[in-house]
Amino acid sequence: MRLDIVITGVGGQGNVLASRILAKAAMEWGLPVRTSEAIGMAQREGVVMSQVRMGEGAYGALIPDGSADILLGFELAETIRGLAKLKTGGVVIANRQTIFPVSVSLGLSQYEPEQMISYLENTAAQYHLLDATALAGEAGTYKCTNIVMLGALASLGILPYDEEHLKQVMLDVIPPKLRDINLRAFALGRQALGGE
Amino acid sequence: MKKLLMGNEAMAYGAIEGGVQVVTGYPGTPSSEVFTSLAAMAKEKKIVAQWSVNEKVALEVAAGAAYAGARAMVTMKQVGLNVAADPLMTLAYIGIKGGLVLVVADDPGPHSSQNEQDTRRFASFAKLPVLDPADPQEALIMAREAFEISEKLGLPVLLRPTTRTCHVCQDVEVSDAIVPTQEVTGFEKNPGWVIFPSLASKRHSWLNQQQDEARQLFESSSFNRIDPGTGRQGIIAGGVAYHYVKEALDLLGLDIPVLKIGTPYPLPVNLVMKYLDKLDRVLVVEEQEPVLEDQLIQMVFQHRRPVILRGKYNRLVPREGELDTGKVKEIIANFLKIELSDHKKVLNSPPLPVRPPILCAGCPHRASFYVFKQAALGTDAIFTGDIGCYTLGNMAPLHAVDTCLCMGASITIGSGLQMVEPNKKIVAFLGDSTFFHTGLPGLINAVHNQAKQTVVVLDNRTTAMTGHQSHPGLPRTAIGEPVEPLDIARLAEACGVGFVRVVDPYDYAASLEVARQALAFEGVAVVVMRRECVALVKGGQTARVIDSEKCLDCGLCIEELGCPAIARGEEGPVIGDTCTGCDLCRQLCPTGAIIERGGAE
Repeated sequence: MRLDIVITGVGGQGNVLASRILAKAAMEWGLPVRTSEAIGMAQREGVVMSQVRMGEGAYGALIPDGSADILLGFELAETIRGLAKLKTGGVVIANRQTIFPVSVSLGLSQYEPEQMISYLENTAAQYHLLDATALAGEAGTYKCTNIVMLGALASLGILPYDEEHLKQVMLDVIPPKLRDINLRAFALGRQALGGE
Repeated sequence: MKKLLMGNEAMAYGAIEGGVQVVTGYPGTPSSEVFTSLAAMAKEKKIVAQWSVNEKVALEVAAGAAYAGARAMVTMKQVGLNVAADPLMTLAYIGIKGGLVLVVADDPGPHSSQNEQDTRRFASFAKLPVLDPADPQEALIMAREAFEISEKLGLPVLLRPTTRTCHVCQDVEVSDAIVPTQEVTGFEKNPGWVIFPSLASKRHSWLNQQQDEARQLFESSSFNRIDPGTGRQGIIAGGVAYHYVKEALDLLGLDIPVLKIGTPYPLPVNLVMKYLDKLDRVLVVEEQEPVLEDQLIQMVFQHRRPVILRGKYNRLVPREGELDTGKVKEIIANFLKIELSDHKKVLNSPPLPVRPPILCAGCPHRASFYVFKQAALGTDAIFTGDIGCYTLGNMAPLHAVDTCLCMGASITIGSGLQMVEPNKKIVAFLGDSTFFHTGLPGLINAVHNQAKQTVVVLDNRTTAMTGHQSHPGLPRTAIGEPVEPLDIARLAEACGVGFVRVVDPYDYAASLEVARQALAFEGVAVVVMRRECVALVKGGQTARVIDSEKCLDCGLCIEELGCPAIARGEEGPVIGDTCTGCDLCRQLCPTGAIIERGGAE
């Protein structure tokens, strides 16, 4: 069993926490695991990418281009940027949220959400779009977008461990007072992709 | 017991397993978490953990502890070693008693650094052994074993991880055995600790002999290994490149012998010769400088081996940037002259927005930069910058950082510029931690040499960029003990600065007044812009909103400030969820359209 997951988004979206939860769940399931995350120089508002590799034969922590099994995109344009990592036939789970960088407000670069969505539709073999940030707001705070996305991923049944295990590890990692919000977020993510 | 550990945390665990007693350092990405992980365990493990004001100080303090027989570790990033170079070069001659390990993190890419210098090269220049881990697990073992190696050789040892070891996680085997506290013998007076020229010449011979001792020691090190394979072609790989080579060979379906090197200097010659015995052609894969390759070329020449070496000198392996499995796969295919069957996926995606890291919403630095830009409006002032989050003040639309070289260079570069262009206003920006690091000597130099410049200390009460570490201006130590803080304003006065003011950058009118006075001052002026880093502030301020009735869509808030919380909506600017309520935009809005969220409308 080998699984390579790429998580893309914007600094401040909880990208690192999501990758650590996936990795810790893998380790506690008895699988070798590697992660690579963007840490350091003012990552806030910048492009961030985490990589999680689990299972036998995980060499270095970096997933070669064109070979990730799953792409979790926390932000629409960053999902498109992350597609280069995805293997042919890989699964995309994309948040519809758009975060317009200052460069766009200043007219220094472009961001056309409709183009991004149609590109995703035409390029990805298997993709799931959801409004994870709105669901996170429904759960209690937009800040748990990352957990909505993990719930959505768990519902697809492609992880090497079961959903309950992932949920338990998530609860172990998150501060106790935020458990209810995050459980709601996880459940809303599952339901968004047709989970019960 | 297995733990999911980042490489930096793994090295901290390794240091504990190796019996570390004293740890010092200065924060620097990607090295910082080695120290912070040790500091978090300091009380429980009864070790001393101190942030130092800079890397030179850190190394000297740790060396003193090692002189007395303690096992000591110093942590820093690659450019920090330049600051510590003075003690390091001579410490190699003096030697140590207790094990002394320098963790110096390299940053090929670079991701968060001003250059891509190679610490393995620095180690060989200083004639000191260096270890190069391939992953967090090996980094833990190396951190543990490095103390033994250091004591056996009587030399400081460098442990050089790169970003892809420091900031990657692995399921790492951690020992929960309790490490017995080492007996410390104490400092013993003898002439060997005083480096007169006569001693230096003797010790230089000793140091040169130790190169062979270290080489001998590494001959049997488990950090080096031959992975057997078939054929007369092979690959030698160092550090993280080892995993890229193994994965690429796997992807290519190849089984050729690989020599993994974890001790890049001094390179064990017998092991290399044994590996080369059955080979005709060898590829050397390493990031950054050809440190292995240079030594291999020398060994092959000295031993008259008819082996063809390939690597950086024939441009097969790049000298700049990082390697990865994809790049290494192409390099190996080139080396073996095989065609790659798979074609690169070509993506013709729509134009993607440019998204560089920028100052956070509510960052007090944004307010400070804006104030000084306004105060200097209409002049051709030069804004010199320094190393920290505030280097991002260079970006559009602030454009308030015209130079950045290295830690502490804002004031000094400014002094030099002003010498040549005396009529220009010079504004030097540096952070509070940087001020203590190497800013202070530049300030004293400016006062003594009668410079005319404004020094702006962006005092956000932390070392922000590297993850919020303490510094001497704060009322707590690295392990959270209370301590009397040093006052930057009083220090500046004691240095003879004639104009010193402290102001809150969130108060625009007051800051602008002070900035104007400072720029008009004939001499060195110091303005301390004091406001805690917004990332450390939990709640408190109410977010702002834009009253669309009053907003004329003049664009000032967007075009002048570049705050990520303000975006262009269909009918003018919109303030989003990330607003922290810093209030800068409200104070600047010409029509009073920006108000407190939930406030009177």
